[in-house]
Formats: sequence, structure tokens, C-alpha cells
Amino acid sequence: MTNVLELSGVQKRYDAVVAVDALDLSLRSGEFLTLLGPSGSGKTTTLMMVAGLQQPDAGTITLNGASVAKLPPYRRDIGMVFQHYALFPHMTVRRNVAFPLEMRGVSKTEALRLVDEALQLVGLPDHGDRLPKQLSGGQQQRVALARAMVYRPALLLMDEPLGALDRKLREQLQLEIKRVHQERGISVLYVTHDQEEALTMSDRIAVFNQGRIEQIGSPEELYDRPATRFVAGFIGDTNFLSGKVLAVSDGRCEIETPAGRLQARATQGLLVGASASVAVRPERVVPAASAALRGTITDVIFLGTSRKYVVRLKDGTECVVLRPANEAALGARGSEVELGWAPAHATAFRDG
Amino acid sequence: MTTVDRRLWLLLPAGLTLTVAFLLPVGWLLSRAFTFPQPGFQNFVLLWERPVYLRVMGNTLWISAIVTPITVLLAFPVAHLMAHGSPRLRRWLVFLVLVPFWTSLLVRSFATAILLQRHGVLNSFLIAFGFTEEPLPLLYNMAGLLAGCVQVLLPFVIFPLYSSMARIDPAYMRAASTLGATPVRAFLRVYLPLTLPGLMTGATLVFISTLGYYIIPALLGGARQQMIAQLIQDQIATFGNWGVAGALSLVLLAATAALLALLQFTVGLKEIAR
Ligand SMILES: Nc1ncnc2c1ncn2[C@@H]1O[C@H](COP(=O)(O)OP(=O)(O)OP(=O)(O)O)[C@@H](O)[C@H]1O
Ligand SMILES: [Mg+2]
Repeated sequence: MTNVLELSGVQKRYDAVVAVDALDLSLRSGEFLTLLGPSGSGKTTTLMMVAGLQQPDAGTITLNGASVAKLPPYRRDIGMVFQHYALFPHMTVRRNVAFPLEMRGVSKTEALRLVDEALQLVGLPDHGDRLPKQLSGGQQQRVALARAMVYRPALLLMDEPLGALDRKLREQLQLEIKRVHQERGISVLYVTHDQEEALTMSDRIAVFNQGRIEQIGSPEELYDRPATRFVAGFIGDTNFLSGKVLAVSDGRCEIETPAGRLQARATQGLLVGASASVAVRPERVVPAASAALRGTITDVIFLGTSRKYVVRLKDGTECVVLRPANEAALGARGSEVELGWAPAHATAFRDG
Repeated sequence: MTTVDRRLWLLLPAGLTLTVAFLLPVGWLLSRAFTFPQPGFQNFVLLWERPVYLRVMGNTLWISAIVTPITVLLAFPVAHLMAHGSPRLRRWLVFLVLVPFWTSLLVRSFATAILLQRHGVLNSFLIAFGFTEEPLPLLYNMAGLLAGCVQVLLPFVIFPLYSSMARIDPAYMRAASTLGATPVRAFLRVYLPLTLPGLMTGATLVFISTLGYYIIPALLGGARQQMIAQLIQDQIATFGNWGVAGALSLVLLAATAALLALLQFTVGLKEIAR
């Protein structure tokens, strides 16, 4: 597999703020890679540098094997979808979508054909003669998508393209973007701060925090085997239990917590005797006889397909447990339970 | 309904003043075109038949047609900086563009004359730096007239252009760039069309204002740049020919109305694209 895009050692600072720091990232051909992270973590800055709209202070960016340091945006063979669409208000939908073709000197007839095909692909074949402001937000976003890929760029960049839409429309468009990605086999670099969106759409996710990548991997990897405490907390719901490291060996470790002695996967930097936190997903916590943890159910919440139990452990920390609704109930409010998990399903991180 | 009707009384003082001081005398002057010295269309026939009238009317249109693009071209970069520069720069520019407004037209025109005269500031400068041996004729000709009109009219283009430009989302230009447009093509295809409402408004204001200028051509222009307002003044003050003066005024008014209608039409269409 070849890499469409490669960033190595890329840095960007605005005065005192380091927006992006020592960034290494590569995008495989045909891959859907999402940059996920909290506000201000450097996602947009990264995208702008790839597009050529910002210049990195250090590092190199390679597109299709060639450095783009000297290429202005209009020579980069990149498509970009902006958060607020940026459709040209004085042009009809068709003229908007034809714009990049016109800039590339594509013949009129060929352009017409490609535009119709692109509008078909995003489900707006009959809207070509409208002006952008005569379309709904979701429709405008589809036009922006059509315009950014009608010329089949090597790479499609999307900066929170669904951020301005309501939830239902967002979910619908997520599926559509995914479909278009698969049909066209286009490589996509996608930005969002919505972790569910990232999990739904991506082949791989790069989790950003303060201008750096915390972890990069498939949605399953990030969810099941977070590399840092930040990733464990940012993606999905997690219980954190803190304690002291008793032993580390073979990628496993044992942590002594006030609530009990726990087993978990070990991550980098765990030292025997130092303090650490154990992260475990609510759905990975199971009733267990040889239980490490004991507690009292303080709340039961019925969620339709599942039930959520809030369990107060003996040291007072709360642990959330999620069980399928069709499974036998863990217990009623006030009842005592014993909990545990397979060691591979929990991860321990060094504190601090 | 009744409140609206009652509030209309508030218009009465201004309405009366306008009627007495403006509508009646202007209406009276215009009506002279058809009644002086005797009823009929003879004044308009005269306008058509005497070459001097046609020449001055042609002159006036020609001068307006030159002043307008020059003013727009000079205003464009200023408005652009105002719209997209730092807030600090914007405040300074607004201030600098407004200052001339606080100065009387007469004073400004005389100032321009001092600047442009045979041994004025500009000529001294040009000679001192060896651009020319002899002082250039800059006053009482087309050059003086253009300089005078353009300096007075610049703000009338700068402000409407600025208001159009300030509304252009910078993301449009970024999008154009990622879509393959060179800066020049992005400007021509995206930026410029979006400034058209302001540009058209400003250009029309300039054209119409120039059509009716009296002081500037009288002070800065030469005999060959005589304009329609000067002719009207001559007809009344020198010849007491109210009929021809009325007819000329009517032509000026009609030209202005036609231009405003055109502006309404074009900008009205552009507004749809907003
Ligand atoms: N033009 C700029 N001038 C100064 N600082 C900037 C500029 N653009 C971004 N920054 C700063 O750089 C950092 C990264 O910003 P960036 O826009 O890349 O974040 P982001 O991850 O896209 O956030 P969000 O989710 O809010 O869009 C932030 O601290 C931001 O304040
Ligand atoms: Mg952003």
C-alpha cells in the first residue's frame, strides 16, 4: 500500500501558541483517516497545512510521494470541504460544482457530464439550477462535497463538515459520505471533535491533544486498547479507578486500589510503587464470583437495549456497569453485587 | 392604521420645506422649458439644433464616463484594505477618508488648484526631481477637472465598496484556491462579482454627481471642459433664457433618473445572489 499523504515532524506556531507540534502522520491510499480531538488541539491547523493554506514552521509534507512545500493550494490536487460549506453565493449549484473543472480547463461537455454525475452521486440531480441560499444546510453540504470531488482529487479534506447540522441529518450524511468514499475509492482526511462520528466513519483515527497525536489506530484499537489516559477518557465512556502499582510483567499489571486488587493491561511508564489509574469500559464489567470488586447498586437506568447500573464501591468511588437488557438483571437498587473483568479488557495508566 | 395615519403628520414640516424650497421652484424652472418664451417644444428643438448645446451635453457625459472608472479603480484597493486589514488600519482609513467631508467643497477645490497650478506644489516637485523641465499644464484643463472630481468623489465609492467587501467570507477565497483557482482567477470569478453591488452603487453615485457638477469644472476645468450645469447658469445669469435652462435641466434630470433606474435593476438582480 502506498501513502497518499505523509507528514513528518510538522510544526506550526502562532506567536506563543504551538498549534501543532512534531506531527508524524501518514494516510494510506483509499483510507478514511479522522483527526479527532478537543477544541484547539490543532486539527484545523493540520488540515490547512496539508491544503497549503498555512505554511508549517518545520517538517515536511509529502503528497503522492512529492514534497508540496513550494506548491500553492491551487496546484495541490486536493479537495476541501469547509465547515460552513463556502459555496459561492453568486453561482448556481451547477456552476459551483463546475468551478474546479473550469479552473482545470476541462471541456464544456465533459464538465457537464462530470457535474451531473457528481450531483447524482450526492443525491441532488435536480438542484443544479438553484442558488446555494435556496438549499437547506444538508443540501448545501452535499453540493460542497460534490464540488470538492468532482475533479477526482488525490485527497479529500473535510473540516467538521457536519458540525452545523442537526443530529439526524448528521447521521444520514455520515453514511452518505462513507458511501461516496467507498464508491469513489477516494482518500479522505476528516476532522471532527465528535467521537461517535469518528468511530462510525473511520478506517483509522488519530486522537489529537494539544497539538500532538496521542494515539493513532483503528476505532477498535482506540476503544479497546487506548494508549493513554487521555484517549481512554476522550473516546467512549470509561470508569477510572486509581491506586498503586503492585507488579508489572509481560504487558500485564496488578494495581492495588482502595476498592480492591485489580488486573489490567499495562501501558508505558508504569513503575512498581507509583500511582496509576485503571480504565475499564462499562460494558466490560461483568458480575463475577471470584470478584475483585464489591459494591452496592445505587441506581438502575433502563436504556432500551441495555441497562445502566451505578455501583458504589466500598471505598466510595462509583463504577458504571452496562449490561444488555435481555440479560438477567444485575440486581435492584440497594442490592450488593460482585464485579470483575477479563484483565485484557482493562488498561492501567501511569498517573501524572 | 390610525396610528400610522397620525404619525404621517410628523412628515409635515420637512414636507412643507421641501415643497416650498425645492419642488415648487424646480417644477417652475422645468415648466419654463415648455412655456418660455412661448408654449411649445421650441427649446428642445434648439437643444438639438445648436451644436454648442449638444457639445456640452456630450462633454458632460464624456467627463462623467472618465471620472467614474478612475474613481472606482482608486477606491478599490482602499476599500479592500478597509474590509480585510487589521481593525487598527480600518479605523485609520475610515478617519482619513472622512476628513475631506468636514471641509467645504469650495475650499477643497481651491486647495486642488493651489496644488496643481503652474508654479504649484506638484509642478515644483516634478521639476525639482527632474521629471520635467517646464511646468506641466495641470490646471484649467481636463487634468485639473479630473483631479478635482476624483478627489471629491472617492468616498462615495469607497464606502459602498467597503460594505460589500466586508460581507465576503474569506472562506470563499480559500475554497477557490483549493479548487484550483490561481489568485487572479479567484479574484475575477469569485471576489470581484461579490463586490458588484457596492461597485455599481458607488459608480452610479459618482457618475450622477459628476453630471451635475458646477463648482469643480468652473474652478479647475478649462473652456473646453464646459459642463451642463455651467451652461444652465450661463443661460439664466447671462442671457435670461429660462426656457433653454429649463430644457437643459430636464435633460439632466432625465439622465439621472435613467441611471438610477438602471442601478435599481442591476443591483436588484445582484441582491438575489447574496
Ligand atoms: N490564525 C491564528 N492565529 C493565532 N492562533 C491561532 C490561529 N489559528 C489557530 N490558532 C490557535 O492554534 C491552536 C489550534 O487551533 P486549531 O484551529 O487548529 O484547533 P482545532 O483542533 O481545529 O479546534 P476546533 O475543534 O475548535 O476547530 C489553538 O490554540 C488556536 O487558538
Ligand atoms: Mg477547527
